[in-house]
Amino acid sequence: MTEMRRVTAICNGTAIDHIPSGHALQVLKMLRLDVGRSNPISMVMNAPSGKMGRKDVLKIEDRELNQEELDRLALIAPKASVAIIRNYHVAEKRTIELGSELINIVRCSFSNCITKNSREPLPHKLKIISAEPMEIRCSYCGKNQDINEIVDFII
Amino acid sequence: MGDLITMDDLTNEEILQVLDNARRLLPVAKGEAYLPLLQGKVLGNLFFENSTRTRMSFETAMKRLGGEVLNLSSIGSSVAKGETLYDTMQMVDGYADIAVIRHPNQGAAQYSADAVEIPVLNGGDGAGNHPTQTMLDLFTIREAHGSLKDLNVMMVGDLRYGRTTHSLSHALVRFGAKITLVSPDSLRMPEEIVSDLKKHGGDINETEEMSSAIDSADVIYMTRIQKERFPDEDEYIKVAGIYKLTKDDLSGAKAEMIVMHPLPRVNELHASVDSTRHARYFQQAFNGVPTRMALLCRSLGVKIPKKVKK
Ligand SMILES: Nc1ncnc2c1ncn2[C@@H]1O[C@H](COP(=O)(O)OP(=O)(O)O)[C@@H](O)[C@H]1O
Ligand SMILES: [Mg+2]
Ligand SMILES: [Zn+2]
Repeated sequence: MTEMRRVTAICNGTAIDHIPSGHALQVLKMLRLDVGRSNPISMVMNAPSGKMGRKDVLKIEDRELNQEELDRLALIAPKASVAIIRNYHVAEKRTIELGSELINIVRCSFSNCITKNSREPLPHKLKIISAEPMEIRCSYCGKNQDINEIVDFII
Repeated sequence: MGDLITMDDLTNEEILQVLDNARRLLPVAKGEAYLPLLQGKVLGNLFFENSTRTRMSFETAMKRLGGEVLNLSSIGSSVAKGETLYDTMQMVDGYADIAVIRHPNQGAAQYSADAVEIPVLNGGDGAGNHPTQTMLDLFTIREAHGSLKDLNVMMVGDLRYGRTTHSLSHALVRFGAKITLVSPDSLRMPEEIVSDLKKHGGDINETEEMSSAIDSADVIYMTRIQKERFPDEDEYIKVAGIYKLTKDDLSGAKAEMIVMHPLPRVNELHASVDSTRHARYFQQAFNGVPTRMALLCRSLGVKIPKKVKK
């Protein structure tokens, strides 16, 4: 009965908590919920949080995000906690997992990479070299990616 | 499985095995023995970017082992008409048993390997990797020093775009080399490569100045400042001609020190070095033949006899 009451409780949907403060919009972008017609979304930014100082929280109504969608968030909100809400209650908890390779989630930013030709059909692949600090490398050209710019390269 | 895209595709043991095989194949490479190990096999030589040595030595290597070569040059082919690399590779997959690819885009070799069944050898991808060059460089070094262990190696010139130094430094560090990287600030070795080298325990020293490391070096590896890789001409002019190695610079060098260069050279390596005991770059260019023979056999799963008769 604390931070969740900053926004109205939702009946069904997904709550994403413990997003690093200021990153909620990036999270929406990564989930591709920032474009077109989407479900109602409420957002809290810079809420006080015991374990992380300040945090962002997102609540997405009538949409249960699947694991594959959630794993995209590993790039910017690896410690976020996710709750699937059904009938006002937490029905399931999910954690975000950073796999060893990101397939068709972001594209390589290097201007001379073979994957820059949008007609090339093979999937975009980036390897996770290390989680902390986050180091991500294109599986084709071997260039490291700038983590701060990675949202600009979401597919 | 038989792909060779970066030096990570070979263990140290495999590197030494290939080099041993290359030595056995020397008489075949020189045309003193005929050993048709690759008879009936076809190599697709895919050069989307210019090459003299890599393309020709692969062709010679294949032919001296009794194999055939298909050459693709991007000019006038369907590539010029905008065909994707993926589509071109599908065609090659059907026409050849193995492919060598040289491409201006970084990552093109890995991409090609992912696109086809046949083994793919990276003949240079943008400013990325050039592992078959590294293997012939290692062959040259090992023939001169007897071993690859704990050498003091100096690499000079364009370390940013110079893919040969990227693959070579990576391999040498795995054999305990101490490496001095000499380049102008704008052409330093890419950060991720230096950090990888250090992670693998490499003793790496970066400097802009060439002369002080010459006397302690076992190998001086010169490279050309590559005009074609510069985004703009002014940047090129600033650094062109910054290093020039001449015979006089070598007066205090170790007797067994060798000077290497992947060629072509411009001004960085003066002709006066050619007549010194240190010059090894023409030998190095020839070594591409036995080394690439051994690599072709490896990728095609063909065993090389322990003794090759003349
Ligand atoms: N009905 C609801 N509507 C919206 N968000 C909810 C609802 N129920 C729980 N949440 C949110 O789900 C997250 C996890 O729920 P919570 O009960 O606090 O579990 P925990 O004890 O693990 O923190 C919190 O961010 C909470 O605000
Ligand atoms: Mg809570
Ligand atoms: Zn890339």
